[in-house]
Amino acid sequence: MLPVSEVVELSRLQFALTALFHFLFVPLTLGLSWILVICESVYVMTGQQVYKDMTRFWGKLFGINFAMGVTTGITLEFQFGTNWAYYSHYVGDIFGVPLAVEGMMAFFLESTFVGLFFFGWDRLSKNKHLLVTFLVAFGSNLSALWILIANAWMQNPVGAEFNYHTMRMELVSLGEVFFNPVAQVKFVHTVAAGYVAAAMFVLGVSSLYLLKARDTGFALRSFAVAAGFGLASILSVIVLGDESGYTTGEVQKVKLAAIEAEWNTEPAPAAFTAIGWPNQAEERTDYAVKIPYLLGLIATRSTDTRVTGIKDLKREHEVRIRSGMIAYEALTALKAGDTTPAVRERFEQHKADLGFGLLLKKYTPNVVDATPAQIRAAASDTIPNVAPLFWSFRIMVGLGMLFLAIFATACWLLVRRRLAPQRWFLKLCVLAIPLPWVAIELGWIVAEYGRQPWTISGVLPTHLSASQLDPGQLHFSLIGLVGIYSLLFVIEMYLMLKYIRLGPASLHTGRYHGETPDVTVPQQS
Amino acid sequence: MFDYETLKLIWWGLMAVLLIGFAVTGGFDIGVAVLLPFIGRNDDERRLVINSVGPTWEGNQTWLITFGGALFAAWPLVYAAAFSVLYVALMLTLFALFLRPVGFDYRSKLPSARWRNNWDWALFVGGAVPALVFGVAIGNLFIGLPFAFDSSMHVRYAGSFFDLLNPFGLFCGVLSVAMLTLHGAAFLASKTGGSTVGGRAVFATRVFGLLTLVLFALGGLWTARLPGWQLTAIGALNEALEPLGKAVTITGGAWLANYAAWPTLWVLPLLGILGAFAAVALAGRAPRLTVVASGLACTGVILTAGAALFPFVLPSSLDAVSSLTLWDAVSSHKTLGVMLGVAVIFVPLIMLYTSWVYRVMRGPVTVERLKNDTHSY
Repeated sequence: MLPVSEVVELSRLQFALTALFHFLFVPLTLGLSWILVICESVYVMTGQQVYKDMTRFWGKLFGINFAMGVTTGITLEFQFGTNWAYYSHYVGDIFGVPLAVEGMMAFFLESTFVGLFFFGWDRLSKNKHLLVTFLVAFGSNLSALWILIANAWMQNPVGAEFNYHTMRMELVSLGEVFFNPVAQVKFVHTVAAGYVAAAMFVLGVSSLYLLKARDTGFALRSFAVAAGFGLASILSVIVLGDESGYTTGEVQKVKLAAIEAEWNTEPAPAAFTAIGWPNQAEERTDYAVKIPYLLGLIATRSTDTRVTGIKDLKREHEVRIRSGMIAYEALTALKAGDTTPAVRERFEQHKADLGFGLLLKKYTPNVVDATPAQIRAAASDTIPNVAPLFWSFRIMVGLGMLFLAIFATACWLLVRRRLAPQRWFLKLCVLAIPLPWVAIELGWIVAEYGRQPWTISGVLPTHLSASQLDPGQLHFSLIGLVGIYSLLFVIEMYLMLKYIRLGPASLHTGRYHGETPDVTVPQQS
Repeated sequence: MFDYETLKLIWWGLMAVLLIGFAVTGGFDIGVAVLLPFIGRNDDERRLVINSVGPTWEGNQTWLITFGGALFAAWPLVYAAAFSVLYVALMLTLFALFLRPVGFDYRSKLPSARWRNNWDWALFVGGAVPALVFGVAIGNLFIGLPFAFDSSMHVRYAGSFFDLLNPFGLFCGVLSVAMLTLHGAAFLASKTGGSTVGGRAVFATRVFGLLTLVLFALGGLWTARLPGWQLTAIGALNEALEPLGKAVTITGGAWLANYAAWPTLWVLPLLGILGAFAAVALAGRAPRLTVVASGLACTGVILTAGAALFPFVLPSSLDAVSSLTLWDAVSSHKTLGVMLGVAVIFVPLIMLYTSWVYRVMRGPVTVERLKNDTHSY
């Protein structure tokens, strides 16, 4: 029995909203934690008090953000079970592993030591406290690694096999899941993007102080740390970017073709569509401006490998759907007790396409009786909407280039000691603070919207994955989540802005801007 | 490596360890949060209460997160069925849990009395609601949850959130709140020593200790009269089993069948009773031993319930055969083996560094200290 399509759509909406919201806070945690390590290391090595103050001040903002990251993270872990019960059964044997390992190996480390980061200043030696800060950063980044391994398995499900006894996918090799090429590039790309966000945040806030000519020594040092860290990070994002992952895995091929709006397979090396207007209905890109050879070079790193176009992918998928129907027929026979060698062999031969057969469930519950029109419709479903992917990707890349320019300029101005007179640049840094978040959220849209119609690429269609809930239950949870999240977001932003305005004076060291015994300043942490 | 049957048993034990880990450490901050608005009568006192768990609550909560992850990896069918059947209840828990990280961190960041008072109540909700819902959920395991699987293992359910609020479920919810509050009170008393707050915490330890004692004993008598699930036939335990290929009967009093078959198991309820009793007796005299005693009470209560249900983990009231057991709702042999390897390395490591953190943060929390310390909440 299939869940009602309204439930599937609402569950998708809920997952998308909660994941995108969670990822407003994660990037800052990932990057700011290393900035804290850098500042504190300098403090431990040089003994200069200002670096301890930097660690503590940026640490305060880190804490405000971290609380929201933890709050919104629990939702995601719960949701696989609450909203995607069939998914959880079907792939829990593999997908649950990285989530459990993340808990034991990474999240425990991060959350056990984060308390000590704040409370341990007077109880630990300098070196031990630095170690604690390092463990928080290490734990949160390790946490990202395991989550991205889980996510990459959804994009490129390696190291697993379907077991018809238990009716689910089962683990064959943890090594393959861990060393999934998609996971490796995704990890570097995603955490480095988080570092960029954190660097831009520190750069922008420091610029604000520099513009107001307050706490200059503190701000200039913070600016320098952020500029260097940011430049290194944006280079990793761009150079070690996602592109090398595109050619592995079925969904990645589709994504690549959709991002580039490549409708037809072009002779190698394919041209890159810099800009244009994707037209899904007629399967072409209007007003396309093309740069010869570039796509082939980027996507395949060669001049003779072709990038498969959307129309050809669709044709390939139609073949796989037909093969999936045979697999489904054999599976039904196996489940009914007919385990003759002929049936088993037929199943083994076609089981790689079982997922494609399941796409037909949306049109006919029996799968095997699908009409040619239904098969065509299912094949057409395997191509996500091109325009959102095309545009999200281009805006993301454009923003990446802008960040490179900002961090490079920041470093150059610092080296030439000409930062102070460049007020226009400092203003730009302030205005650029939200932009990394835009790029990061668009990146997730490319990755996850581009995975549709699958939850597990080529294995399990989204419409089969959901729990059989009532739409009313979804309305309840959506209203609750949106309401509480909005409220908490307002509170978080208020506190962030409040502490940014207070600046390092919020540490009550008596060394910073505007520090007089002032009753309006909060008395504690 | 272990054979499949042994691994299945080990994982039942590991899930118990993770749940007990959550009750025993997370119980500190849940209990403290439940007591917060009542035991702290002014801002100083409330800060004292909050900072007793401030540095450690985050790690404590991770036992719950890890329990969820391990449930997903080791018992995917249980995770899928329980979480979707309990949809509304879990969403309410989630909403309450949201209030904890922000509550602890944001509460003292502004001086406004109204702001702080609101967060104190938010923390109360963040402690009380999850404690209640977890208890109600475990209570309903004894009643059975209304779900069934079809042949392709899609789970369907009848019934609604309000069905969970039956007398026995609510009774277990109250027991759960009492037990965790006892544990939190014992911890708070050990951290706040001779202060007024400490005195109130000792009083709360006695009250909630007695309450836990009485409710737990009554719960046992009640359970003896409930219909219980019994496994009458199942395939070879050492193999991958189809969850629908077993036979289950439901008979009156069957939840005590395990205790009748293995009388040694009576040690577990005894541990719960003696732990709660010792906590009441020791409160105010030996603060640290009181915490140990209340921790043992939590352990005893959880294991008593687990042993009664064994080998069931999720009984179904809609279709007895769909009930999930530790034998047939588990991951593959390989996954259980890999996950055991990870757990064997990391769970002791977690305990090691957690105890280091508790050692660094040892000693009483006092109002004077909080006033001189700019790092606390």
